[in-house]
Amino acid sequence: MSAQEHSSQYFIPDPSPWPIVGMVSLLTTLFGAALAMNGVSIGKFLVIAGLLLFAYLLYSWFRDVIAENLSNRYNDQVGRSFRLGMMWFIASEVFFFGAFFGSLYYIRAIALPWLGGEGYLGVTHDLLYQQFQMAWPSHGPGELGGAFTPMGPWGIPALNTFLLLSSGATITWAHWGLKENNNQQLVRGLIATIALGLLFVLMQAYEYGHAYSELNLTLNSGVYGSTFYMLTGFHGFHVTMGAIMLIAILGRSMKKHFTLHNHFAFEAVAWYWHFVDVVWLGLFIFVYWL
Amino acid sequence: MSTTTMTHDEAHHHGAPTGWKRWLYSTNHKDIGTLYLLFALVMLFLGGASAMMIRAELFMPGIQLIDPDLYNNLVTNHALLMIFGAVMPAAAGLANWMIPLMIGAPDMALPRMNNLSFWILPAAATMLILSFVVPFFPGGGTQINTGWTIYPPLSVQVGMSMDFLIFAIHLLGVSSVLASINIIVTLLNMRAPGMTLMKMPMFCWTWLVTAFLLILVVPVLAGGVTMLLFDRHFGTSFFDAAGGGDPVLFQHLFWFFGHPEVYILLLPSIGVLSHVIPTFARKPLFGYRSMVGAMLAVATIGMVVWAHHQYTIGMSLGAVTYFMVGTILISIPVGLMVFNFIATMWRGAMTFETPMLFAVGIILMFTFGGLSGVMLAVVPADMQYHDSMFVVAHFHYVLMPGAVFGLFAGVFYWLPKWTGNMYDERLGKLFFWINVIGFNITFFPQHFLGLAGMPRRIIDYNVMFTEFNVLSSIGAMIFGLSHLLFLYIVIQTIRGGKSLKRSGAKSWEGAKGLEWEVDSPPAFHTWETAPQIK
Amino acid sequence: MCFKCNYIIKPLLLILGMVQLGTAHAEFGVNFPEPAGELAQNIFDIHMLTMSIATILLIIVFAIVIYSIYYHRKSRGYQADQNFHNTWFGHWSWVIVPVLVLGVDFTIANNANTVLKTVWEVPKEKDIMDLKVTGHQWWWEFDYLDHGVKVESRALTKEQSGDLYLRDVDNRLVLPTGKKIRFLHTSADVNHAFWVPELAFKKDAIPGYVTETWIELDREGVFRGQCAELCGTWHSRMPIVVESVSPERFAQWVDEQNAIKVAAAAEASSSKTWSKDELIAKGEELYNTKCAACHQITGTGLPPAFPPLKGSAIATGPIAGHLKIVLNGKEGTAMQSWSSLNDLEIAAIITYERNAWGNDTGDVIQPADVKSAR
Ligand code: HEA
Ligand code: HEA
Ligand code: HEC
Ligand code: CUA
Ligand SMILES: [Cu+2]
Repeated sequence: MSAQEHSSQYFIPDPSPWPIVGMVSLLTTLFGAALAMNGVSIGKFLVIAGLLLFAYLLYSWFRDVIAENLSNRYNDQVGRSFRLGMMWFIASEVFFFGAFFGSLYYIRAIALPWLGGEGYLGVTHDLLYQQFQMAWPSHGPGELGGAFTPMGPWGIPALNTFLLLSSGATITWAHWGLKENNNQQLVRGLIATIALGLLFVLMQAYEYGHAYSELNLTLNSGVYGSTFYMLTGFHGFHVTMGAIMLIAILGRSMKKHFTLHNHFAFEAVAWYWHFVDVVWLGLFIFVYWL
Repeated sequence: MSTTTMTHDEAHHHGAPTGWKRWLYSTNHKDIGTLYLLFALVMLFLGGASAMMIRAELFMPGIQLIDPDLYNNLVTNHALLMIFGAVMPAAAGLANWMIPLMIGAPDMALPRMNNLSFWILPAAATMLILSFVVPFFPGGGTQINTGWTIYPPLSVQVGMSMDFLIFAIHLLGVSSVLASINIIVTLLNMRAPGMTLMKMPMFCWTWLVTAFLLILVVPVLAGGVTMLLFDRHFGTSFFDAAGGGDPVLFQHLFWFFGHPEVYILLLPSIGVLSHVIPTFARKPLFGYRSMVGAMLAVATIGMVVWAHHQYTIGMSLGAVTYFMVGTILISIPVGLMVFNFIATMWRGAMTFETPMLFAVGIILMFTFGGLSGVMLAVVPADMQYHDSMFVVAHFHYVLMPGAVFGLFAGVFYWLPKWTGNMYDERLGKLFFWINVIGFNITFFPQHFLGLAGMPRRIIDYNVMFTEFNVLSSIGAMIFGLSHLLFLYIVIQTIRGGKSLKRSGAKSWEGAKGLEWEVDSPPAFHTWETAPQIK
Repeated sequence: MCFKCNYIIKPLLLILGMVQLGTAHAEFGVNFPEPAGELAQNIFDIHMLTMSIATILLIIVFAIVIYSIYYHRKSRGYQADQNFHNTWFGHWSWVIVPVLVLGVDFTIANNANTVLKTVWEVPKEKDIMDLKVTGHQWWWEFDYLDHGVKVESRALTKEQSGDLYLRDVDNRLVLPTGKKIRFLHTSADVNHAFWVPELAFKKDAIPGYVTETWIELDREGVFRGQCAELCGTWHSRMPIVVESVSPERFAQWVDEQNAIKVAAAAEASSSKTWSKDELIAKGEELYNTKCAACHQITGTGLPPAFPPLKGSAIATGPIAGHLKIVLNGKEGTAMQSWSSLNDLEIAAIITYERNAWGNDTGDVIQPADVKSAR
């Protein structure tokens, strides 16, 4: 049975095996991860198997979607659905990061002052931590992880800000190319964006190495280390995902899949990229700078 | 529903695909809705079984059946199975079945993703059940003795089963976010031409708001448990004062999710009532607009009052005052909803079939639960109530009537539509009465227990609390067993047969809306050409 | 069908009963006990106020609904009024209802706020008595900061406490009447919560933070409560017993405690060599109060959570290993470090453990051995 025959007005996809494959891959990965974290040795292999299956799933699922799209089975309504879906997905991501930014705020503006003797629970300081001086960055009254140097904003982070902002510009430039039917500009813009994105990830990795080996700034360095790595780490992960998505889009652009009216995939990735960009600005200001 | 009921439409449609692939690979909102509902039913029974264990242990003072860690593991599992396994999936099942029918759409907007969001649930349930059973294996670590709120530092002490639970929560989160995206997109993009938002059936409105709430708060919970995971295994100190963190931070993250969550559980059932009451009162819903407004207000205020679960952690006077006033104010929109329901009944021509019985019961008992909520919201008094059995009584009085009974009402209301058979009305009424009486015997005495000083989450209690606990446990047995009757009615209706009446397209005299214009049971694909709404 | 049966009338009567019994009937165990201070009384009053308001609202809702389902039913031939929502009432109810509800809300919030202010802010008086309350898994430590007295308070077993099981402790929290007392709550391990209904407040004990509450007791008596925040396995066995006494009796009690402390210190620091029997007798008592909660009086523990000491490799193996785990505890388990006990106490406990329940090692550990192992 083919989906097209249902009606001319609506598109409904055929039954598909991928959701269930997705379920199996997620279950395998997380089951494995839970085991691995507790030192059960088969855990690692399950994680790897699960991730491979997941990669295969993404590939197959998107292959189907692309094929449907190319055979012109989508209509405007489907396009709108996809766009709305992507928007709300990004909204959920915003709140995911919100949790981490919120925690950072809570720690800095509420918890640490209490430990340091100010505010409503200030007695804490008199009773438990007479030595402790409130300051940021902090690794708490227990001085967990030993002395460390915090990450300054004006070295690599500033450079990274520049990289990501320019990548935002290049992807917009690519979008213009798409709108003007200039495939060459589209492809070039994408390549530039990917290159900037990957460079960003490399710099970030270098920064982590530097922090661990020279600054003694680790995941164990109290709340500063915790929030620093959690926020930048999840962001870095999102940049990596974004870059992979960009590479897929690049491939499709080279095959000239996108037209003026039909380029949802490009838009989705571009939105995602801008979202990652904005999160970075937040990071730069609240994690590195202030 | 069984495949036999589908055969008649295969003649003029590409009927349903057959065999196991039909269910596993489905892109059909009705099949997926059915899967959701079946899943929820299984979880209700699992969660109920753990509740029965809890009540059996509390039947008498002393430790009779299980050891303390297992008790709290059961409590944890009970709450999670009920909330994430039974109520939310059941509500999502109703949404899947009814939203496309109600708005005249052929299916959900993103059918493949719809299937994904369902199938993640069994994976999550697997992880959840593993988190319960892992400690029984050699080397499995300690039991999850933290309650469903998994507060650190206690949850940091727990063994590897906590990691299974954390991942289960991640999976549940992914599933609900995907489902919510789908519902929002469907409602915004797939309505039949002419159906403006303000003409949308109320059930759709409630789900639209619910889905927004889910998208906004579930990721925060995911973030919170991720931090917990890192604190447990990777040496971070988000929740450890020695490193400058704060155990209370987790509580904020949890309740930022947790409080909106209770409205997520409530609203779909409010949606069901908004259809059931007008149908059986034979007059339109009173105050459609104020209902929509009230819902938006509940969602908005609900997002910013989370810390009323934490009055005892030591917040500043300003903070508690704010959270208290905010929480009390929620009685305004919720009160407006209750009022609208009563006003819909007022001067109607009512009959009392099972869904309507549940609706009336809900109005009365939910009001009761809500009012005890307002008592809890008063900070000085909550210094007493907090973490006592009074709170347990409150939330079962809102969760049962406000969520579970609403879902029962929905099932009885739409079962004839789904299966083409009328359920046995006599049995339905019998179920209602046993159920509601059992419910009240179970949970009403818990108010007194709380006031008399019995904390919650204790396996063993002083003899002074015996009488009410005995009463509560007996009630729980009645209440629990009544669900077997429910199961029987549902199976009987699905299988049909001569003893049951067949339902026409319009199962109820007073029913209105697009869903009553398609056959009962509806064809595999409905509304392939959109109806025009005036 | 009779809607007024059972499930409406019964709860209603019960609620009405609850409100009327209200203040005076603590013995029925359906409402809070009689408060033991002005502050507690205020809290109790606001509880009664909101409960009464809730009851009245509930009765109104019940009355309207019952009226409606009795009169507006099809079987009585009632015709639905299809235009009810278009009357002026239908048009304005969305304003009228919220305004009415707001009025009630305001009454509640306003009264609550008055009480809240007095409850929440601890009076900034110089001579307020400071009491540090530390929750442990699973016992309470009360530190009278101004008197230099420390009380460890643990649940009594069923045999010892009878009908008061789970509501009785070995050492009570003794407090004077007529004095403002500031409670400073904290915890040594996980969250706990201090709750004695007669004092009417509950406060969490959070590890690494200190929360405050206060009260002035105005009557003597014994008030019982329990830990109210889930704190692991024996959360159900963390009773609190407050003994409220006259200031004179309190002063006397403080003196007694100080005398006991001095005597114990003298005993521990004397360089006497203790006999095996002396140590075992001392050790048994200490073991039963401090260790038996987990390892049980019979030494059999509660596996898998708490290992047996009877026949355990550590308790029958080298003494150094035994000393080490008691002094340092074991990271990541409920076995904490017991180094706050004095040398004599530890020596006694270890001697007892190594000779009780068939662990007949015959070893005798002297305080000096403990000192050198520290
Ligand atoms: C469906 C679920 C649901 C719903 C709808 C509610 C609704 C409300 N809840 Fe409840 N609540 C829970 C589920 C729910 N709750 C759960 C699960 C917990 C415990 C979690 C845990 O700790 O494990 C909890 C705990 C809880 C607490 C914390 C108690 C504690 O731990 O100390 C508080 C405190 O403020 C509270 C308040 C309220 C209030 C004010 C409402 C309001 O929304 C109620 C509004 C309704 C009405 C007021 C009735 C109708 C209105 C009228 C008839 C108009 C007239 C009314 C007035 C003038 C007042 N709830
Ligand atoms: C939607 C949510 C939901 C639902 C539906 C229920 C349903 C029930 N709950 Fe629960 N409950 C919670 C949410 C819910 N609960 C939460 C959030 C907590 C707090 C957890 C925490 O503290 O962390 C809690 C805690 C909680 C406690 C407090 C434990 C404690 O603090 O020590 C108790 C005790 O009585 C209890 C009882 C029950 C009972 C008897 C039912 C009954 O309604 C169940 C009825 C259903 C069935 C019984 C299933 C169907 C029938 C069968 C399986 C047939 C077999 C029956 C028999 C053999 C009799 N629940
Ligand atoms: C709160 C519970 C608790 C209390 C109270 C407690 N212990 Fe323990 N104890 C434990 C736990 C849990 C272990 C197991 C640690 C591990 O995993 O190795 C343990 C282990 C031990 C061991 C090692 C046993 C073995 O064979 O592994 C000794 C000896 C011991 N405790 C002595 C004591 C003494 C002496 C006291 C009192 C002064 C005491 N314990 C009080 C929980 C407790
Ligand atoms: Cu300590 Cu519960
Ligand atoms: Cu809440």
